[in-house]
Amino acid sequence: MSTRPKPAGPARILVAVYAVLAIAATGRSAFQIVDRFDEAPIAFTLSALAAVVYVVATLALAFRRDLLAWITIGFELLGVLVVGALTVFAPDVVGLGEVALTDRAFGRESTVWALFGLGYLCVPLVLPVIGLLYLGRGRRTAAITG
Amino acid sequence: MIDVFTVILVGAAVLAGLLCVVLGLLGRPPADLSVLALVVVEVLLLAQVVIAIVAPFSGNPPTGNLGEFWVYLATACLMPPAAIAWALTDRTRWSTVVLGVAALAIAVMAYRMNQIWNVQLG
Repeated sequence: MSTRPKPAGPARILVAVYAVLAIAATGRSAFQIVDRFDEAPIAFTLSALAAVVYVVATLALAFRRDLLAWITIGFELLGVLVVGALTVFAPDVVGLGEVALTDRAFGRESTVWALFGLGYLCVPLVLPVIGLLYLGRGRRTAAITG
Repeated sequence: MIDVFTVILVGAAVLAGLLCVVLGLLGRPPADLSVLALVVVEVLLLAQVVIAIVAPFSGNPPTGNLGEFWVYLATACLMPPAAIAWALTDRTRWSTVVLGVAALAIAVMAYRMNQIWNVQLG
């Protein structure tokens, strides 16, 4: 346990970008819940859940808890796909039926996974894919060397 | 808010971000140039803090949510020191890219801050 290597090389960028997204999602959802929870309770709750998962994923990547990283990053990919699809095709389900399409990504009800993360330049959609590729590569390398 | 200042802040952050990402990908570890680029962004952010405190008293009140604005600004101010601390402890080329990522994130946040200040969202 004590000899886990810290992420090296480009993987550090992944940790840094995850950290930025974790801060962004946490700050925004915390503010939305404190300031205007009643306006879109389901969307803001999902947003808070996403924020917690980003924080755990960042720590799992930074401290090489690979299983936890697989679970959290996989959950993120699922989350952004499901919530992304709901916000486009069935906004009523997440309580955003009254909100105009562009406002679901950029307006005051916007959350990190809405419209596949468009409000965050689609980083929430791309990042878990890169994260899973990185974890998969690490596992193959470990199988060869260890 | 002063729109011209937001343009300067976003422009400086984007330039600093691109510079650091390019330097990092060229294999340069963090050096005076890349760290100073982030220091410039931090100084501009602190100027933004002063502007945001003074503006409401000089006939330029926010129309959006002031609390949300300050959460963004405070977080943005903490990012250059965090990125520079990372760069000082881990002296590889990837730290230079991390400096760039921080600057680019600040550019997006500064754009959002201007939106929150100026746009009445209901």
